[in-house]
Amino acid sequence: MLIAGNNISFSYDFDGSSLALQNVDIRIEQGEFVAILGCNGSGKSTLVKHFNALLQLQQGELRVAQIDARNEKDIWYLRRLCGMVFQNPDQQFVSSVVEEEIAFGLENYETPRDEIPNRIQAALALVEMSGYAKRAPNTLSGGEKQRIALAGVLALEPEIIIFDEVTAMLDPNGRQEVVEIMHKLHGAGKTIIAITHYVEEAVAADKVILMHKGRVLACGGPRAILSDLDLMREAELIPPLPVRLYHDLRQAGVHLRHCPLTDEELVEEIWQLRSKI
Amino acid sequence: MAIKIENLSYSYLQPFGEKVEALKNVSCSIADGDFVGIMGHTGCGKTTLLQLLAGLRAPTSGQIYVNGEEINAKGYDKSSLRQTVGVVFQNPEYQLFATTVEKDVAFGLKHSGLSRQEVTARVQWALETMGFDFAKIRSQSPLALSGGEKRRVAIAGVLARKPEILLFDEPIAGLDPYGRENFLRFVGEINQAGTTVLMVSHNMEALAEYTKHLLVLEQGRLIDSGPTREVFVRLKQRKNGAFGQTKAQKIATLLAEVKLPLSSGVVTYADLLSALKQELTGGGRG
Ligand SMILES: Nc1ncnc2c1ncn2[C@@H]1O[C@H](COP(=O)(O)OP(=O)(O)OP(=O)(O)O)[C@@H](O)[C@H]1O
Ligand SMILES: Nc1ncnc2c1ncn2[C@@H]1O[C@H](COP(=O)(O)OP(=O)(O)OP(=O)(O)O)[C@@H](O)[C@H]1O
Ligand SMILES: [Mg+2]
Ligand SMILES: [Mg+2]
Repeated sequence: MLIAGNNISFSYDFDGSSLALQNVDIRIEQGEFVAILGCNGSGKSTLVKHFNALLQLQQGELRVAQIDARNEKDIWYLRRLCGMVFQNPDQQFVSSVVEEEIAFGLENYETPRDEIPNRIQAALALVEMSGYAKRAPNTLSGGEKQRIALAGVLALEPEIIIFDEVTAMLDPNGRQEVVEIMHKLHGAGKTIIAITHYVEEAVAADKVILMHKGRVLACGGPRAILSDLDLMREAELIPPLPVRLYHDLRQAGVHLRHCPLTDEELVEEIWQLRSKI
Repeated sequence: MAIKIENLSYSYLQPFGEKVEALKNVSCSIADGDFVGIMGHTGCGKTTLLQLLAGLRAPTSGQIYVNGEEINAKGYDKSSLRQTVGVVFQNPEYQLFATTVEKDVAFGLKHSGLSRQEVTARVQWALETMGFDFAKIRSQSPLALSGGEKRRVAIAGVLARKPEILLFDEPIAGLDPYGRENFLRFVGEINQAGTTVLMVSHNMEALAEYTKHLLVLEQGRLIDSGPTREVFVRLKQRKNGAFGQTKAQKIATLLAEVKLPLSSGVVTYADLLSALKQELTGGGRG
């Protein structure tokens, strides 16, 4: 087990009056692709900030790669093991030139000097921003910033990568490309944790964690979770289009054989039915 | 209020002397009370366009008329533009700075001439519109909120001023699904009540279902514009397909590939549902 948490509770208040996390149990395996879904304020960012000790454990237990997250002397090791791309890229920028921005992280993690230029180039190429090495981060468009923030973390080659709504500012093609990057990294053995408000991005995950009001409402395979209307409603989320369509067609007396999860499955189901008419 | 844009160009100057031409010769007119969506890839100039419309940058060349007046002409009163036009930026979370949510939202009402009670009522209305429990949220620090909550507070701050023209730059990025729908429905309502709205979005469903007209930018040029539905249908016929397609359109394309063509007018989810009902209850070719 790569990440194992039991009974984690967390409050931002001094008096602990309101809980951002309540008795959360979590298990993430080495090499897993995990999607975390949940409405605004459900505790997604709060939870993942525990994994690399950005937030200190208040209650419960958490082990990341066998290390007790409470151990202060291991904080740097955890930060390094577990890279995180934040929700608001601006918050991450410290330099006035894109390539220095990426170099900064690498130097911080004591990457050998002669390796740094290559790592910067490779990371920029991966996010298709090679032409932007000399630009100032604050002169980039919203989506360009998000890609640079992504490159900054990818260059560090962490074992666990947390993406906190990184696709929010991207155009549909860009979103698709970044999702492909995540899957490529996953294919190369990395553990991926992706927070998103686009349910379609969770369809190809190994595991979906559904959060609501600081609790884990459900955890399981994407099909079981995303096609469960009651569960999705309880989480205040909207299921993927194929699932909605399956149910709306049923109401109109059109019965597809199985509830599809992807566009391709939906087309297959429709084709099957159509060929019988 | 109507907006007219003529031959608008804007270049950013880079420290090493290079230019970034963010907008090239853009012309269009937006009628009073319209709801216009702006679509285009990352870096195509959408934010730049909104900044020019809000009078925050002066064009390199070309003119912008708001209500018939050129906003960059000598002697034009820019402060009246600030009253008329409300902008919610792409990362509005950074505009939050007051010690409480209530003060933050009230900030823009400072010179509004409203009484203290009226200000409170306005702030309450704006926060409730954005889905908050006013009593619960009013004295919280804006910094102590989740990403989506911060964004909703920032939007409330602009709504509270009730500007006649609203410019939104990716307002629904980071909002959860119901938050998105509620926001869009609300913007639709204030648009119905007369507010002119321009909304930049990467969310094709939001553009298709809520806007009346669309502007499509590509590398700084306006490559298409017109009634929303027509533009979506035209974009589908373009060679580099994937650009600007709704999920319903993508499914229609996949169906056409397996010899199940639906009407080319399928753009929204509702279109897809009714076309499929027709097709699959034997009402189609059956
Ligand atoms: N720095 C903070 N101080 C105090 N409260 C906070 C802070 N950050 C978040 N909260 C509160 O904790 C709860 C969980 O927030 P969190 O940021 O984990 O939500 P989230 O699921 O990531 O939401 P979003 O989708 O909006 O990003 C929310 O009620 C939020 O208001
Ligand atoms: N301050 C600046 N200095 C130099 N170039 C800039 C500046 N701001 C933006 N640009 C460049 O101008 C172009 C248009 O940027 P703009 O922010 O308008 O894009 P956008 O369409 O809003 O993109 P996104 O969807 O990613 O937010 C981009 O190539 C960007 O790199
Ligand atoms: Mg968050
Ligand atoms: Mg932008």
